[in-house]
Amino acid sequence: MLSTEIVGTPEAIAVPRGTAATRVLRMLYRDKLALCAGIFLLIVITCALFGPYLLNDIATRPNLRARNAPPFSLAHGWLAVLGADALGRPLLARIIVASQNTMAVACGAVACSALVGAVLGLVAGYSRGRGGQIIMRLADIIMSFPSLLLAVIVLYMLAPSVGNLIVVLAITRIPVYLRTTRAEVLEIRERMFVQAATVMGASRMRIVLRHILPIVIPTIVTIATLDFAFVMLAESSLSFLGIGIQPPQITWGLMVSQGRSYLANAWWLAFWPGLAIILTTLSLNLLSNWMRVVLDPVQRWRLEMRKTEA
Amino acid sequence: MSEHLIEVRDLVVRFHTAAGPVTAVDGVSWYLDRGETLAILGESGSGKSVSASAVMDLIDIPPGEIARGSVLFEGRDLLKLSREERRRIHGKRIAMIFQDPLAHLNPTYSVGWQISEMMTAHGISRAAAGQRALELLRRVGIPDPEGALGRYPHQFSGGQRQRLMIAMALAMKPDILIADEPTTALDVTVQAEVLALLKELQKETGMGLLLITHDLGVVAEVADRVVVMNAGKVVETGTARDVYHNPAHPYTRRLIGAAPGKGAMHEPVATGEPLLRIENLTKSYGAVEALKGISFDLLPGETVAVVGESGSGKSTLARTLLRLEDASGGRALWKGRDLLAMSTRDMFALRRQIQMVFQDPSQSLNPRMSVFQLISEAWAIHPDILPKARWRERVAELLTQVGLSPDHARRYPHQFSGGQRQRIAIARALALEPDLIVCDEAVSALDVSIQAQVIALLDQLRRDLGIAFLFIAHDLPVVRDFADHVVVMQGGRLVEKGTVRQIFDTPKEPYTRALLAAGLDPDPDVQASRRKTRAAPALALL
Repeated sequence: MLSTEIVGTPEAIAVPRGTAATRVLRMLYRDKLALCAGIFLLIVITCALFGPYLLNDIATRPNLRARNAPPFSLAHGWLAVLGADALGRPLLARIIVASQNTMAVACGAVACSALVGAVLGLVAGYSRGRGGQIIMRLADIIMSFPSLLLAVIVLYMLAPSVGNLIVVLAITRIPVYLRTTRAEVLEIRERMFVQAATVMGASRMRIVLRHILPIVIPTIVTIATLDFAFVMLAESSLSFLGIGIQPPQITWGLMVSQGRSYLANAWWLAFWPGLAIILTTLSLNLLSNWMRVVLDPVQRWRLEMRKTEA
Repeated sequence: MSEHLIEVRDLVVRFHTAAGPVTAVDGVSWYLDRGETLAILGESGSGKSVSASAVMDLIDIPPGEIARGSVLFEGRDLLKLSREERRRIHGKRIAMIFQDPLAHLNPTYSVGWQISEMMTAHGISRAAAGQRALELLRRVGIPDPEGALGRYPHQFSGGQRQRLMIAMALAMKPDILIADEPTTALDVTVQAEVLALLKELQKETGMGLLLITHDLGVVAEVADRVVVMNAGKVVETGTARDVYHNPAHPYTRRLIGAAPGKGAMHEPVATGEPLLRIENLTKSYGAVEALKGISFDLLPGETVAVVGESGSGKSTLARTLLRLEDASGGRALWKGRDLLAMSTRDMFALRRQIQMVFQDPSQSLNPRMSVFQLISEAWAIHPDILPKARWRERVAELLTQVGLSPDHARRYPHQFSGGQRQRIAIARALALEPDLIVCDEAVSALDVSIQAQVIALLDQLRRDLGIAFLFIAHDLPVVRDFADHVVVMQGGRLVEKGTVRQIFDTPKEPYTRALLAAGLDPDPDVQASRRKTRAAPALALL
């Protein structure tokens, strides 16, 4: 209590200068880990956007002379520097090409489930009526229904495409966001500043969007980044069952599950795509951590101030 | 040099924060003798609790650092002892009680278990500890002590919980009891009882009592000597009487001058149609009746204070009038129209005219919004008040009006002190140009000197803008300086209403008289004479 009082004096904190964009960039520069994470994600996004157009042929053409070629050798061309898979296709090229499908499924599923879950959670948390109860029971139903079974049924009836995969994965993950959001809203709704807004005559919409949502968002973002890895792996297990993305299309998850049978003699088949998944999730996590600090005015000074002393 | 029970010498404590090291206490020295009560008096941030924390080894190191000084207890420097040696002293020889007993009692254990644990931790057998716990509960005046041992903290009232804490602290018959704001969270009548209990127990055991407080009244009631602290330094020390009557330091003078309840009382002048007429208002939660038929009038530009202890229904009254809760019955006529029966649409228009300032400004201001956003939100909700182009200008104007600077608009609530935050909350209320501001304990979370400033600000707004106030408070002296009419509530009932002068000079109801008598006067002499007059009945009670 004492220390916050001292830190909290208005004089201690200078108002930062510059436009919003330069301020955000400067804060990103201060947090070196988040900066690395940001750069890595930028590379991944670039790969996802342009990779398939440049490397699709190379990534899908078998080369039997390079079967299970070990990594760190330029004998089969620089794209095979990470090794080649069971059909001699260069892994680096495949990882780059696969990033598109992987990102599309993961981003799509996470964004959809987070959006729908958060909206429903806000409604369920803020409205005291029956609507909230119905939403919660629906969430219970989804949670009690085995998600794999749901996926099998849906994808068996519909064609296994990226779009359908997103829908199925999103539905199974909605309850996570819904329950978290609702729990937070129930607590925030009782806070004094929400009542202060009510007294001013703020509409329910305004209270939810302007006062409650900004406080819930950091939590949702944190869960979303964790969920990213989960969705990537769930997608690979669907592919394994033959109802996800099918070869010759590739995703990181599919590469991991294909490489699993060669783990004993060619570890690199599963290792590199696995590393890509880990690094992407880690970067998202670091970035979301940084964002949580940036979005919180009470914490923001940590990034705005130069470190004066250790 | 004579041997004191405990002596703090030249203590310097620093906290390392990201903004650089901050000296919380700077060269503080005090001592405490057997059977004596020493009060450390100071406002928030003065460092009054830090030296006691150092005695009890409660300072987190790091970020804290004890840079210099010593704490002498029985000839040994506590700061140089090992953790284990200190643990043996804590609770056994030096005990502590805190401001919020609910937060310091573990909700998952029965109180009997918790009091016994205090003793078993220092090597007393469970059977003997249980016996002593029962004895202690009886001594601190808990009704039905045998049954109370098996009950849990939430089943006791605030005053009883503080008694439980005292029982726990006294379990090992300590030589020193440190009480950190022991009665701040309690109602005045309960506060008087708890202080009397402390005083009495001290007489029995001869322990030294170190009392940390911000309240001059508490000092006047119990302290023998007082140490006044400001900004980490001891500014003055002496007997309670000397310090009150001949304060040497300007800060002490200012603190004593700021104590409310000495100014001239208002004579109500407002006449005409009532702005708000409350008729037989009731509110019940299930079987519990929170409001039992409240009726009173509020005239334009006047201040009506609603006074009562916790559970009296005074906050429910405010919340019902603002439609944060639905009334169960009765009417509240706002300029002739019943606002309890209004549609959402009519209520929206009415929101502009009635505004509210909440108790704790750190909670009533959204931490994610800048001051500009907080104040201008009023105009975003009611766009017809002010065109967007003029927002910036008007925010600056309002900030100046409440005594802040226009460039504070870019900052966030956490960057301000408690008093400044409450000013922001007031500016926000003013943004809608209301006719009535409901203040729900608006100054009770603030330091005395800040309290006086905020009250002066509200008074000025009333004079300049003709705003009426419904002022809800538990603190009678504050009300005395500010209100025109006073409404006294108890247990959801309206006990008495009248002008300030009627209530304070000639209270009719026994409850009002009891409430007035329980309030503590900052003058030690006044308190001493009051103690004498009530000594007989108080002892009978305990």
